[in-house]
Amino acid sequence: MGIDTAVSSLAARLHGGERRAIARAITLMEDGGPAAIALQAAIQPWTGRALTIGFTGPPGAGKSTLVDAFVAELRKAGRTVAVAAVDPSSPLSGGAVLGDRIRMGRHTEDEGVFIRSVAARGHLGGLSETTHHIVDVFDAAGWDVVVIETVGAGQSEVEIVDVADIRIVVNAPGLGDDVQAIKAGILEIASILVVNKADLPLASRTVRQLRAMLSLRPQEQQAVPVLETVASSGQGVAALLAAVDAIAPDDPAQHSERRRARLRRLVAEAAAAIVKRSVAERQDDAFEAMLDRVAAGETSIVCAAALSLDASHLDRDPEAARMTDRSDAATDHAA
Amino acid sequence: MSTSRPIRVLVTKIGLDGHDRGSRIVAAYLRDAGMEVIYTPPWQTIAGVVKLALEEDVEVIGISSLATDHLIVPKMMAALREARLDHVGVIVGGIVPEEEKPALIAAGVSQVFGPGAGREDIVDCVASLGLQARERRADEFSEASR
Repeated sequence: MGIDTAVSSLAARLHGGERRAIARAITLMEDGGPAAIALQAAIQPWTGRALTIGFTGPPGAGKSTLVDAFVAELRKAGRTVAVAAVDPSSPLSGGAVLGDRIRMGRHTEDEGVFIRSVAARGHLGGLSETTHHIVDVFDAAGWDVVVIETVGAGQSEVEIVDVADIRIVVNAPGLGDDVQAIKAGILEIASILVVNKADLPLASRTVRQLRAMLSLRPQEQQAVPVLETVASSGQGVAALLAAVDAIAPDDPAQHSERRRARLRRLVAEAAAAIVKRSVAERQDDAFEAMLDRVAAGETSIVCAAALSLDASHLDRDPEAARMTDRSDAATDHAA
Repeated sequence: MSTSRPIRVLVTKIGLDGHDRGSRIVAAYLRDAGMEVIYTPPWQTIAGVVKLALEEDVEVIGISSLATDHLIVPKMMAALREARLDHVGVIVGGIVPEEEKPALIAAGVSQVFGPGAGREDIVDCVASLGLQARERRADEFSEASR
């Protein structure tokens, strides 16, 4: 069976909600390669329907436990939930212990919940390189809500902005002083700020610090809710879901704007990868001569880079040529 | 590309025994060998393990058993087959009396590791089972819609 037939068969099965096809499609997305690229195109028309919610925050803030409680709350309301839980890979061995499941045990046998542990595989930014494709798989398969849990994130891991309609930044008391709260970064991307472990002594101080931080933000950010939860007991979780639903984009146009921005960035990234590969692999005399001039200080690296953006070299890049064929095939298939 | 990606392994315990030190050590061994280990707390049910293995698309399952939980492993093997997860390799580690090992092997368990099993032996076994699993279902994504 040809790859396109195989991919469209898999796409149809996952669109029908078959769990096994969903699991396999995620593995395929993680592997990358031609099948993944074809599958991305095949499922694209079915995406954009699920509500996507990201949970991020520093390690130990209680993200997994809060996701567990949040999933339980969604299930009470009869909504189906898929979870992509990202954990770091070892920079040394490439291996990983994916332990987010440790906190999510009560959902193991619930058919209305699908949990997938994802290793970041060296990617920075709080997610794995393919997390957005995994979200698309869940979305295309018809899950009501897709929850993404990032790796324990510090200050700059803000990729979740691209993937999630709603970003919940989870904090815990006593993790930093009020100067931390005015730094740029992760707090700025929050749709909702949560102070988890709110039964600990310093919780109310952390809430005050976050509110003070918000008061210094631009007008539109000042409305960000600051909520208290105790994930381990479920306290405050119903209020969190209510806050999510209150700001969930029911305007499809708003939804599609963010998706469009994401597609734009994905296309730009893919283009950059093609250009990078083709320039890095150039071996012609003109290019070597230019490298000599850079080494001798006769021209700058930026200048040489501009000169090497010669479209004729891109045409010769076999990977780019193959992908062009592939996406044409996928387009034909969709049509 | 698919030959170089990390092998995915589920390390878990079924039944009522809570001694999880061994499973943690094995999880760390496999991580250090470059594998992606999905680690769960003890006390998983058989149905839970099947659903977990399916969703996580693992290639190998390692069951740790220190207090007779190995006796329900054949039941788990049947449940895996029923869920069409028979490409997944299964190993058992822990305390299994010598005379009870054949029943596990007959049920489809690939290897039973006892006390003193070496890190290398465990890692090599999981790695080769992982690659076998990958081969066995290599054409799966082309399987016809049911």
